[in-house]
Amino acid sequence: MGYQGHFRVWRGSDEGGGLEDFTVEVNEGEVVLDVIHRLQATQTPDLAVRWNCKAGKCGSCSAEINGKPRLLCMTRMSVFAEDETVTVTPMRTFPVIRDLVTDVSYNYKKAREIPAFKPPAGVAPGEYRMQQVDVERSQEFRKCIECFLCNNTCHVIRDHEENKESFAGPRFLMRVAELEMHPLDEADRVQEAQSQHGLGLCNITKCCTEVCPEHIKITDNALIPMKERVADRRYDPIVWLGNKLFRNKS
Amino acid sequence: MPELERHSFDVLVIGAGGAGLRAAIEAREHGMRTAVLCKSLFGKAHTVMAEGGIAAAMGNVNSNDSWQVHFRDTMRGGKFLNNWRMAELHAKEAPDRVWELETYGALFDRTKDGRISQRNFGGHEYPRLAHVGDRTGLELIRSLQQKVVSLQQDDYAETGDYESRLKVFQEFTVTDLVLDDGKVAGAFGYWRESGRFVLFEAPAVVLATGGIGKSFKVTSNSWEYTGDGHALALRAGASLINMEFVQFHPTGMVWPPSVKGILVTESVRGDGGVLRNSDGKRFMFDYIPEVFKDKYADNEAEADRWYADPGNNRRPPELLPRDEVARAINSEVKAGRGSEHGGVFLDVSTRLPAEEIMRRLPSMHHQFKELADVDITAQPMEVGPTCHYVMGGVQVDPDTGASSVPGLFAAGEVSGGMHGSNRLGGNSLSDLLVFGRRAGAGASDYVGGLSARPVCSDEAVAEAERTAVAPFSGSDAAGENPYTLHMELQQAMNDLVGIIRRAEEMDQAVKRLEELKRRAATLVVEGHRQFNPGWHLALDLRNMLVVSECVARAALLRTESRGGHTRDDFPGMDADWRRKLLVCTLTGSSVEVVEEPQLPIRSDLLALFEQSELQKYLTADELEG
Repeated sequence: MGYQGHFRVWRGSDEGGGLEDFTVEVNEGEVVLDVIHRLQATQTPDLAVRWNCKAGKCGSCSAEINGKPRLLCMTRMSVFAEDETVTVTPMRTFPVIRDLVTDVSYNYKKAREIPAFKPPAGVAPGEYRMQQVDVERSQEFRKCIECFLCNNTCHVIRDHEENKESFAGPRFLMRVAELEMHPLDEADRVQEAQSQHGLGLCNITKCCTEVCPEHIKITDNALIPMKERVADRRYDPIVWLGNKLFRNKS
Repeated sequence: MPELERHSFDVLVIGAGGAGLRAAIEAREHGMRTAVLCKSLFGKAHTVMAEGGIAAAMGNVNSNDSWQVHFRDTMRGGKFLNNWRMAELHAKEAPDRVWELETYGALFDRTKDGRISQRNFGGHEYPRLAHVGDRTGLELIRSLQQKVVSLQQDDYAETGDYESRLKVFQEFTVTDLVLDDGKVAGAFGYWRESGRFVLFEAPAVVLATGGIGKSFKVTSNSWEYTGDGHALALRAGASLINMEFVQFHPTGMVWPPSVKGILVTESVRGDGGVLRNSDGKRFMFDYIPEVFKDKYADNEAEADRWYADPGNNRRPPELLPRDEVARAINSEVKAGRGSEHGGVFLDVSTRLPAEEIMRRLPSMHHQFKELADVDITAQPMEVGPTCHYVMGGVQVDPDTGASSVPGLFAAGEVSGGMHGSNRLGGNSLSDLLVFGRRAGAGASDYVGGLSARPVCSDEAVAEAERTAVAPFSGSDAAGENPYTLHMELQQAMNDLVGIIRRAEEMDQAVKRLEELKRRAATLVVEGHRQFNPGWHLALDLRNMLVVSECVARAALLRTESRGGHTRDDFPGMDADWRRKLLVCTLTGSSVEVVEEPQLPIRSDLLALFEQSELQKYLTADELEG
């Protein structure tokens, strides 16, 4: 059942590094993370990898396998041929700390920049009433396990370090959409989505949707509807006139 | 020590799961400068693994539900060994804690009239679990995380610094608490990334570190669950109770080997899934214990009617408390009626339409499809017991979470008493919130009442540092590999102090643990302190070993079977044992376990039960008194 698999794993730090070759046992039913753990236990005790639940629920073990952004714990070895070399590298968009572990603090910084849920005034805890069909839109986005693979794959920041300052990435633009679609949230984040969080930089290539391990339709259900809301607000002449005439009221 | 990084806070919370984050929110709202220290990234704690829901008697689906009914169910589930005051506070406050989550932005599944939907679960008389599909834990952790961020935004608006009052130190491990004359003075630990040491000076510490499952071979727990808080408390002089009670969740995955132990939510059964053996028989009807006979159906027809008409039918026995179901599965497999890979079959495919399964159990569908190549809408799952939860933990004051060590508090899985000998599903998430909040408040009040702050002495800090670097200084010749030692520990606990126990085996376990402890003294790790998993494991092993010893020694002493403690040689429940707690303390490196009387249940709470039911649990003189 078991076989000797060929692995190439990126090893190094922020000062540089490279791919190292390993031959390692692979058994039936295993995932890539199992093999990385075997390397730790038998050949490279100081190989750094981030992981936690090992069931695709916590989003810790994000990396790139043969160039594709994936969770190490949800990538079965059976998808590779036995003689295929499996190359494991850290996420490319974030600075490497060591080996497969990257500095994902960009994401935590962006999370803080999105204004939080604003509870409805005058509605006491326990009195919230919402219909299932209305909560489902935001619930889809709340399935997000924050693996940050979408932000990692998004070319707006993957290929353009300079955009990081002004772009929240698909994960946090989706957070804006989630709050905007929350039936009881009272804040308005539509203008800021464009002006503060960089929604305009997204040109809907759907790369984020493709890599989402939770199969959230980030582009279709979060980003495009947000773009439509921004467009309605900006270019609808009646809304424009209303804003001009009544802006002192708001 | 020029390189030592130092921070000073009012309240330190160790652990960033449900209990830790709720405690931190409370402490911050009490005006305390609060730090959260966690081993993983913020938002990744083990709470995300909770699937089924959060138990709270809101009565949204069945208006007969109330805190009294929830209290009764909790006490029954724990076989009356629970700390009744904790069970009372928990049942009374859980609804408020759930509603509060909605003010943080949580979005639970809804009833038709727009309230929070509630589902059935093992041991709960009415549909009681608020849920979001089968990813309730994720919703809970994310809501708390987002509340933390929202408080940080408030602080930013006021002070210009997001972290002026509430700061998260992630990927940080605490190795020792620092005491000053028996009082908490701070905590010492290392950045996992750089290996650099840090001293946190703080007069109050809330332990919220979760459980101990990584001491067992087959477990649903992640690498973080190494009993850190249990061990920190012991070394600081606090006591642990109920350590003999370890919950084996009846349904973990059994195949493929690499995912063995990963949880299969109880909601599968709550929503209609049934257990069958290799003969295709629904075997749970053969395992209804005497104490539950009047609550559970003894035939399939009645059990199946219950889903639609719970008022006039008894519940299906698949929904018995977890300890009962786990033992039943164990017996079926032992009797040769197991599945190919040593489990039994859990089938929902013949019970619900495929689209209903996809709606209610999406992450289970995903998990089996991706990891085992099984489509649960068309095929049964193979499942077997997996080490899931420790009922035992730090002995605390129910109202404040205070341990016997001044300044040391505990909440959530690391605390003991709330769940007695067995926890009901859904009672964990509510426990985290109810007692996380109480511990946060308790720690804040304690700090507010101090006239002088305890001091971390240089000697104590130097000692903590020596302990932490010890694995690097062993001589290679006789040095032990931490991975090997860990595997041996897990095997020993699984084989000798597992789901079914007997005296000879536990004796053997205690001896084996002594030997492992001796060998652990010569652990050697290679490399340097920067992100070195071998070193991390070596330090975690120190905790796992002492906690395992508590489990083994307490289990050996308790000569009865109750909840999560099943003895082949003492199969019955003994009313005299219900009145006794086994209390573990640490002197030097040896664990001591002594009996302590359990506080009698308050009379108005006792009056919530029928006399006939109490007779099954209490001694004759308790019933008279």
